[in-house]
Amino acid sequence: MTISLLLFYLFAGVTISAAVGVVISRNPVHAVLFLVLAFVSTSGLWVLLHAEFLAMVLIVVYVGAVMVLFLFVVMMLDMKTDPLREGFARYLPLGLLVAGIMLFQMLTLLSAKYFGVSFDPMAKTPENYSNTEEIGLLLFTKYAVPFEIASVVLLVGAVAAVVLTLRSREGVKKQDPSAQVLVNKAQRLKLVSMEASVPQSVSAPGAASEAAMDSNQGALK
Amino acid sequence: MITLPHYLALGAILFCLSIAGIFINRKNVIILLMCIELMLLSVNINFVAFSKFLGIVDGQVFVFFILTVAAAEAAIGLAILVVLFRSRRTINVEELDTLRG
Amino acid sequence: MLTQNLLLTIAFAPLLGAIIAGFFHRFIGRAGAHTATILGVAISFGLSLYVFKLLGDGAPNYNENIYTWFQIGGINASFGFWVDRLTATMMVVVTSVSLMVHIYTIGYMKDDPGYARFFAYISLFTFSMLMLVMSNNLLQLFFGWEAVGLVSYLLIGFWFKRPTAVVANMKAFIVNRVGDFGFLLGIALILMYTGSMDYATIFASAPQQIGAETINVWGTSQWSVATVICILLFIGAMGKSAQVPLHIWLPDSMEGPTPISALIHAATMVTAGIFMVSRMHPLFEMSEMALSIILVIGATTALFMGLIGIVQNDIKRVIAYSTLSQLGYMTVALGASAYAAAIFHLMTHAFFKALLFLGAGAVIMAMHHEQDVRKMGGLRKLLPITFATAWIGTLALIGFPGTSGFFSKDAIIEAVHYSNRAGSGYAYFAVLAGVFVTAFYSFRLLYLTFHGKARFGADSHVENGGHDHANHSHDEHSHDEHSHDEHSQDRHSHDDHSHDEHDAAHHDHGPPHEPGWVVTLPLILLAIPSLLIGYFFAVPMLGENFYGMFPESSGMKVVQEHLSHGPMAFALYGLTTTPFYLALAGFGVATLLYWKADYKKDRERGFLGPVYRLLDNKYYFDEIFKAVFATGSIKLGKALALVGDRGLIDGLLVNGTARLVGRMGASARQMQSGYLYQYAFTMILGLIVMLGFFVFYR
Repeated sequence: MTISLLLFYLFAGVTISAAVGVVISRNPVHAVLFLVLAFVSTSGLWVLLHAEFLAMVLIVVYVGAVMVLFLFVVMMLDMKTDPLREGFARYLPLGLLVAGIMLFQMLTLLSAKYFGVSFDPMAKTPENYSNTEEIGLLLFTKYAVPFEIASVVLLVGAVAAVVLTLRSREGVKKQDPSAQVLVNKAQRLKLVSMEASVPQSVSAPGAASEAAMDSNQGALK
Repeated sequence: MITLPHYLALGAILFCLSIAGIFINRKNVIILLMCIELMLLSVNINFVAFSKFLGIVDGQVFVFFILTVAAAEAAIGLAILVVLFRSRRTINVEELDTLRG
Repeated sequence: MLTQNLLLTIAFAPLLGAIIAGFFHRFIGRAGAHTATILGVAISFGLSLYVFKLLGDGAPNYNENIYTWFQIGGINASFGFWVDRLTATMMVVVTSVSLMVHIYTIGYMKDDPGYARFFAYISLFTFSMLMLVMSNNLLQLFFGWEAVGLVSYLLIGFWFKRPTAVVANMKAFIVNRVGDFGFLLGIALILMYTGSMDYATIFASAPQQIGAETINVWGTSQWSVATVICILLFIGAMGKSAQVPLHIWLPDSMEGPTPISALIHAATMVTAGIFMVSRMHPLFEMSEMALSIILVIGATTALFMGLIGIVQNDIKRVIAYSTLSQLGYMTVALGASAYAAAIFHLMTHAFFKALLFLGAGAVIMAMHHEQDVRKMGGLRKLLPITFATAWIGTLALIGFPGTSGFFSKDAIIEAVHYSNRAGSGYAYFAVLAGVFVTAFYSFRLLYLTFHGKARFGADSHVENGGHDHANHSHDEHSHDEHSHDEHSQDRHSHDDHSHDEHDAAHHDHGPPHEPGWVVTLPLILLAIPSLLIGYFFAVPMLGENFYGMFPESSGMKVVQEHLSHGPMAFALYGLTTTPFYLALAGFGVATLLYWKADYKKDRERGFLGPVYRLLDNKYYFDEIFKAVFATGSIKLGKALALVGDRGLIDGLLVNGTARLVGRMGASARQMQSGYLYQYAFTMILGLIVMLGFFVFYR
């Protein structure tokens, strides 16, 4: 009973319980948090498998980004969760049955009669084994093109997500940068021709002040 | 000691749990999406286990790609969900049947 | 020497005339139409006589293929000529009668708008008949067969605006078709067993291929192939030559103009069946049963059709039933294996029957299209030439010794008497009785038409047979249409027509007078052979068994014996035979009853009694056929249309398929529920199945 075996069973057990928690949680926020737990313990499993790069990536990308996104959405959508639990008991037997059959089939396939998966232990890893380096070596040579395509997929995903949820609201002021850039003088400035103001004599102070006010107003226009 | 079948069994159990989750959670689309993530996780575990026990790294590269695609898919799926919620005001799967034949 | 060009000219000259008259009559006018056609037929006639003479001088028979139409598998279809003495005889008969009819038509159809069309048709008919008799294979024979049937249809319905004419021509064509069906089956069987439709090949291989074989016709009974073939061929002959029970079309074919009644339905087309059987005699000789059947059917036709002729009141119908009866005589001769007698009678009958028909046509023209003999009488002074030729024709018809009819008819009677075939006893009785009946109705017709007091005109009180003349254009339907209505006796309908208006209308045209020379010349020209051809051709045709063509038979042997002393001796001998006494008896009875010709009431009803109704309704043949075949076919058609077509094909197969697709779609549609979880479930189920496949079959 080595330590790795113990750790394995620990991590595995946590993962499975977290998965069960996801499925039967009443509160969707709890479900998301259980999923996070599942990912974290899986990451631990992968470290056991000497795949530390992937374990880190799992935490950073999956838990850090995707699960947070889930959490955002769950919290944003104000859903009534109680009525959603009605069918739980009704569908449980069928679900367990189907899952059980599939589990049975999958486990059967592991035996020697079928795929003959060997029960040998893991090969010893070399001393200065760097998982990151190993992945990098393969990723940028043999799988370079799929790598680029993966980046395109991500780009498309980002754009698609924005486009899908874009909506324009009424009564909200917003800027149109392209219109701002393309503005021209006619849209900003308007010259009005008016009579030049003629200075009046003092005998008519009202008229002079009117004339002054007029000219002021004219200038202000 | 830990052998390959251990990991494979773990993956199988996770997979089947998520299937059961799909079945049970008829009323909640978010849980559905999360069960899909669980499925992807179980497949990833399988890949990494095989990669380690067979001594080639290709499995892990594949996991890399699966992670990428899963992230993109989760994003778009949630976007659709948000739009759906805006128009239908519900996430009950049983009420989303306008695409029926 | 018989050359290809000679024969081609004979065959195609009338066709050329028909085409010119038919398509170009607008440019050449009426005179051009009749000139072109008469020229064509005259050339044919002259050349046919030449061919006859050549063959008589010893030229060899001609049998050549001129053009191969197609060769598919082992079947060779070609166009060729077979000319021997039989063919030459037929050619002369056909072209001569056709020429007479052409000339006659100039006068008869003078006022008809379809003048050129008529000439085109009768020339076309001549061409078709020539193709029939000159062919050297069964396919060409069938072509000619069908072509004459077609032209007969066109001509019977010549006045196509008349409903009765249209009905009659349909009837003729359809009844003919029934016969043709049997004919085709016979040809097909011949083709199957000998592999060829060529006469020469068939006759050569017949004994082995056909004579020896049997065929399974019905269940397990084996019939000799020859019998089956011959019966089928004879069914075709029955349709064309109007034997019982396919005789019903001939009396109704009198709807057509009289010239064609003379040409087609007396002299030539109806004899095609007789000709065909004679041509195929090697096959017929191989089957006793077929010949017995022919004998019985012919005898039945000969006697019973003649009986109907006694009660007819339309001048053309009497002659039509007489034709039927004489065709029966020819068939009887065929059945008794006396082919020479049959062909000889065919020839003589062509002449005197055409003469009688054309004479009747002259009478009809003179009487301004009145056809009821009860309204005639006393015409002998007004139409002398017609009268004389009609007497000559009648004498020939009853077989007065010395006339050509005597030689042929007596030969038949003798041949049947001395034949040993099954059914010959019945046949002998029938033909003898037929002689009496023939004489009776022939002289009845003569007396009623020509003798006695004139019954036409305003002072006649005869019951009208019924005819509606609003106008006096070429209506020849008079009461013919009613005599073939199943439900009305012709004398009862239209009795209420006022006599006054008809008689007044008759007065406008003046008394009957002899038609012009275009009409009387053919009558004279036909009377001559009716009298003399028997005398001159009896020995070669009958005595030598048609120039040695036909096989020996017990009946013909006796005839040859009688002729061995020359025709005159035979004629004198004829004065002492039973048929002559019977004819004399018929003449006597007819004279007794009709000489005075104060024809008040239907005299026949008086002395015939209950049989009268049977005869007047022509043994109810039309009624039976209508009830069984016509109504049955209509019911079958309706049932098939409603159940089969609408129900089965439309409903089940066509619409049902559509509905099935619809239903399948509807049930498949339920898979697409719109529910996400159901789709997921389906996918998972599929996955389980796949995994299960691996688990269980790997």
